[in-house]
Amino acid sequence: MTSETIAGPADAGTDAAASPHGHLQAQVRWRWVEIAFWLATLLPFVLTPDYLVLASQIAIAGLFALSLDLILGFSGIISLGHAAYFGVGAYTAGLLSVWGWGEPLSGLLIAGLVTGLFGYVTSFVIVRFRHLALIMITLGLGLLLQEAANSAGWLTGGFDGLQGINTWPILQTLDFDLYGYTAYSYSLAVLFVIFLIARRLVHSPFGLALRGIRENNHRMPAIGAPVHSHSRTIYTLAAGIAGIAGALLTETTQTVSLEVLGFQRSADVLVMLIIGGTGRLYGGLVGAVVYMVARDQFSGLNPQYWYFWIGLLLIGVVMFLPTGILGGVAFVAERLKAAVARKRPWTKAP
Amino acid sequence: MPPVLGVIFDGIAYGMLLFLMSVGLSVTLGMMNFINLAHLSFAMVGGYVCVVLMNTYGWPFFATLPVAFIAAAALSVVLERLFFRRFYNAGELPQCLITIGVVFVSIAAAAYLFGTDLQPVHLPAYLNSSIKFGGLDLAVYRLVLIAIALAITILLVVTVEATRFGAQVRAAVNNQRMARGLGIDVERLFSVTFALGSGLAGLGGALAINMLGLDPSFPLTYVIYVLIVVAVGGLGSIAGTFAAAMLLGVADMAGKYYIPALGSVLIYLVMLVMITWRPSGLFGRR
Repeated sequence: MTSETIAGPADAGTDAAASPHGHLQAQVRWRWVEIAFWLATLLPFVLTPDYLVLASQIAIAGLFALSLDLILGFSGIISLGHAAYFGVGAYTAGLLSVWGWGEPLSGLLIAGLVTGLFGYVTSFVIVRFRHLALIMITLGLGLLLQEAANSAGWLTGGFDGLQGINTWPILQTLDFDLYGYTAYSYSLAVLFVIFLIARRLVHSPFGLALRGIRENNHRMPAIGAPVHSHSRTIYTLAAGIAGIAGALLTETTQTVSLEVLGFQRSADVLVMLIIGGTGRLYGGLVGAVVYMVARDQFSGLNPQYWYFWIGLLLIGVVMFLPTGILGGVAFVAERLKAAVARKRPWTKAP
Repeated sequence: MPPVLGVIFDGIAYGMLLFLMSVGLSVTLGMMNFINLAHLSFAMVGGYVCVVLMNTYGWPFFATLPVAFIAAAALSVVLERLFFRRFYNAGELPQCLITIGVVFVSIAAAAYLFGTDLQPVHLPAYLNSSIKFGGLDLAVYRLVLIAIALAITILLVVTVEATRFGAQVRAAVNNQRMARGLGIDVERLFSVTFALGSGLAGLGGALAINMLGLDPSFPLTYVIYVLIVVAVGGLGSIAGTFAAAMLLGVADMAGKYYIPALGSVLIYLVMLVMITWRPSGLFGRR
């Protein structure tokens, strides 16, 4: 028996740290909280059937935030223009449908591939920069695409948005209904599948290398990790996922407007991820739930005032809860565990 | 087709505005590496102060300018003390986030206080006229604007090049740690520079109303232009910022006159190419 197989989840902190494989295996194991979380995503079907449209929007926003988490939370690539990829995916799916191909699943796939290709091309520029230059480039890329889409009215419909989108039933049976039953089932299924892939990815040696790049991208080459090519890979993947999220929005709402490319969307997804907590996979999902539910509750407010509260929330989170909601919860849980262990010293490992 | 010289004139006036609104950001970024996306919120404050003083209290336009400067500078000191100074040593992500938060709050506050419409500005008649010069119609307001901006530029250059304060600023921009080692109080220096830069932005905001218009989305609309100026000009370089502002002002104006269909696409494209080609700016040393 090797030490890897002996290392159980209980002593993951001691034994597993000694071997990278054990460390990864301990992380990849499903926890009860995670299973409970995914079961809870089914609750809207039973508890709030009137809000399924909102629930599908949350799932899409969560998927988008997950894609940002892959580059920002796990690889340290800051982006203020991530909506560029969301928008490309949304317009790809929309144009496919307008041109006569409204099949949703292949639409998602094609949108993801197109956006991934776009992400791959742009990643060559992105990964070379950090700090201010990176912020400017991502911001500029987002604005550039929005302006371009606005100017190319013959293709995108310009300011009025794309007209005549019609999504066919999923697998020729499930039609998109008014209550969002299909929309939520579909979005949730896609979110879950992509989440599984992302989860597997960040718990692989590749994911570990990414975190190394995030922590110190000057030292990683010294241990033989190809920083640029790793960053390009994850950026391409994240772009593809963002594109799939955009395509999901197009297919479930059957509309696309310039707003999918806007700075506001890039800022929104960043806010969601920050509220939830970066680098935890679930942060974007939790943030999306909190953000979208709050916005729905305050929907009577003028959008201008809504941003007052978002701004305050952002300042508050950055100042007092820099690791987000999940980071705060993890901190409290650690403290509790430590306090319990102090009270009952006999349960502690010798 | 508009005359080339007229476009260049308008572009220079626009560039002067951009310079006033970005020079503070350039110097503070160069000194502390603090990415302040809320810099134009101070410009907006200056603009609204000017509008309120003129329209509600009947002040003359020129009397409102110093007040705009002081109001923006004072507000920046408060924000710097309360929030920003805790993030000098944090990464660029928290800096971006906290300043975006400030931008959102300022936009909503402006919308709440003044509504979302463009603010009307009533200039005295002699400012609204134009004079003929060599077959060109030169708007008096833009001439005045250029004159004010030039005067401030000269004042800035003299301050930075010839005073003790300026020498300290240059030292801190060049090498912050070395400057600390020589006993310069960089924190205090930075506070003063930050206030001065924000004040200049406020002044620029007040001067910009007549040319660019003023509504609550101002800080978000123009922040990208200011960032372009700063990035192209090179951090902490006044001359570089000036040249970049002129270049961008004329190029953007020309683009809007001659190829209106492209909108701002051209400017963003030029910026992306420029940063990719020379990340430390056209005139930057770092």
